[in-house]
Amino acid sequence: MCTWIIEKAEMYGSGKGADGWFRMTQANVYYDHPYDAPLDHALIIDFVADPEKPGNRVAVEISAESARRLMKSIEVALESGEESHAVDLTAGGPGETVVVR
Amino acid sequence: MVTGREYEGMLAETVKVTGDGGDEIGAYMARPLGGGPYPAVIVLHHMPGWDDATKEITRKFAHYGYIGIDPNLHYREGPGAPDDVAAVSRAAGGVPDSRCVADVEGTMDYLRSLPYHNGKIGIIGFCSGGRQVYLCAGSIPDLDAAVDCWGGRVIASADELTERNPVAPIDLTPNIKAPLLGIFGNEDQSPPPEDVDATEAELKKHGITHEFHRYDGAGHGFFAVDRPGYRPVQATEAWGEVWKWFGQYLKD
Repeated sequence: MCTWIIEKAEMYGSGKGADGWFRMTQANVYYDHPYDAPLDHALIIDFVADPEKPGNRVAVEISAESARRLMKSIEVALESGEESHAVDLTAGGPGETVVVR
Repeated sequence: MVTGREYEGMLAETVKVTGDGGDEIGAYMARPLGGGPYPAVIVLHHMPGWDDATKEITRKFAHYGYIGIDPNLHYREGPGAPDDVAAVSRAAGGVPDSRCVADVEGTMDYLRSLPYHNGKIGIIGFCSGGRQVYLCAGSIPDLDAAVDCWGGRVIASADELTERNPVAPIDLTPNIKAPLLGIFGNEDQSPPPEDVDATEAELKKHGITHEFHRYDGAGHGFFAVDRPGYRPVQATEAWGEVWKWFGQYLKD
C-alpha cells in the first residue's frame, strides 16, 4: 500500500512519549506498512502534540484484528465508565460543559 | 564471477547531497572499496521512512558492485528518528513530487562528482518509492535505468491528486527515457493487477523500453524479509531480474 492518506481526529488529553507527558492535540490514524511491527500492514495511530514537529509522539502499530478488539474495548470501557461515574463522557476539553446526570 | 580469492569490502556512510531549493539533505551511501569505476543506483525508501530495510538494500547494491545511495526524502521534516519524521511527512500529505524529483536530481549531481563513478545512474524504489521511480523516470531524462517495485497510485484519478502530488505519474509516460523494469505481486491491491496491465499498455503505446514481471502467490512488498508477506522464491527470482536489468544498462 504505502499511502499518505490519513484520518485525523482532534484530541484533548495527555500522552506519555519519550520525553514524558505532553498535551496531545491530534490523532493521525492510517492503515499502512508499520515501521516496527512485523506485519505487512498495520493500523497505526500517532497521538501527537504538534503534527508538524517530529517529537512528542505516542505511536502504536497494531494488527487489524487488534484494532477491532481495541475499538470494542474502548466502547465497553466508555459505557461502563459513563454508568459508574454518571457523567456524559461525550463532553470533554476546556470550555465544554460536562453534564452530570 | 567471485572466485573467493578477490578482496571484498565496502564502505557505508551518511553523506550530504544538495537537493531541492539548494537544501542539504542526508543520504546513506554504500560503495565497494576500490577505485571503480562503479555504476550507481539511487534507492528510494517507502513511506515509513529512511529505515533499516532500505539501508540494507543500499548495502546490497554495494555488494553487487554498485554505488548505492538512499536519499532521505523526509530530511526536512526532521531532525528526528526516521519513524517520527515519516509521521510528520505523512500528516502533511506526503513528500511533494517536485521536491522528490529535485532531490533525486541533486543526488545524481553528487554521484557524478565522485571519482569512482562510471557515469551511469539507475534508480529503484519500493511501494511509494516505486511510484516515485515512475515519477522520476518521467521527469528526469538522463536516468539510465529504472526499477519500479510495486509502486501504487501510478494511475490516479483526478480526485486523488493533491497539491503535493498534482500529476498522476502515468501521464508522464511519453517522457520516459530510461528502460523501466516493473516488479509486481499478482495478489497486490496497490497497485492492483489491472493497474499494472494498464501501465504496461501505456508503456507499449509510447514505445518505452520496459519489462514487467508479475508473480503469482505474492502480494505487496514481497521482498521484505522481516514481514509475513515475504515470498522467498518469488523474491529471489525478482532480484535476479533486477540484477540483470541494472547489469545490462549500467555496467555494459
